[in-house]
Amino acid sequence: MSHPEPKDNVGAKLGMWLFLFTELLLFGGLFILYSVYLARYPHEFATAGRELNVIYGAANTVVLLTSSLFAAMAVTAVKRGERRATMALLAGTLCCAGIFLVIKYLEWSAKIHHGIFPGSAKLIAGPPGESVFFGLYYLTTGLHGIHVVIGAALLAWIGARVKSGALHAGDNVALENGTLYWHLVDLIWIFIFPLYYLIL
Amino acid sequence: MTTDTTEHIVSYKKLAAVWGALLALTAATILVTRVELGALKVWAALAIACLKSGLVIAFFMHMKYEARLFRVILFVALVTLATFIGFTFFDVLYR
Repeated sequence: MSHPEPKDNVGAKLGMWLFLFTELLLFGGLFILYSVYLARYPHEFATAGRELNVIYGAANTVVLLTSSLFAAMAVTAVKRGERRATMALLAGTLCCAGIFLVIKYLEWSAKIHHGIFPGSAKLIAGPPGESVFFGLYYLTTGLHGIHVVIGAALLAWIGARVKSGALHAGDNVALENGTLYWHLVDLIWIFIFPLYYLIL
Repeated sequence: MTTDTTEHIVSYKKLAAVWGALLALTAATILVTRVELGALKVWAALAIACLKSGLVIAFFMHMKYEARLFRVILFVALVTLATFIGFTFFDVLYR
């Protein structure tokens, strides 16, 4: 088999990593905001943080770690030329993304049902530290949720390209870059979970 | 089929082992933060989160098998973030 047209996989992955660093700094900014306000309002953050449900948070952690495992296995599968396994593993990742969003929906609806959302009467009447906490909570988990949706859409599109045969063992850098994005979503959650759900 | 020697394929077994370690570390963070350790639990939780990130980056994201340039730019990005956090707290804590 002769060489197909040369592709610069290292360059493509390097570009993806540079983009991931901008994402890292974006969420890093939110984590800095969180820690500065935590230093300013330790008691209010502790009271507000205890309202978050550790079970939902832990369940979502397990779901995202599992989704990342499937995504990493999909890269192994495509490089071994196992097209069906690649598609099945990507479907597994998408399933986990769906479960994550359902759990997030249940969690947010429970909070909103209890009158806890940005600008709600309950938070305005309460101490300022608590509304700062929930403001950051909705902003950070909301932005993370948008990343989950984008990542899932990206992997669905990549799955379709694997199905059509456009991505295969010899040319799979799009799949690798898509899964890199997915792992970043997992990485950010690895920090959101202890900061918001556990340490307070 | 031409063999590309630079491409490293991580086995399913290794990936599953990393996943198992990540779940164990998640359980460890939850347990360590349920005990009243004061400020220590914050540092313990962050240390475990860093360890988990290291595993995800090294194995799931193949950083261990990429060229050295990738590790250099990762290092630069992390130092940048650490500098931001460090100087912010330098200001916030000693204002």
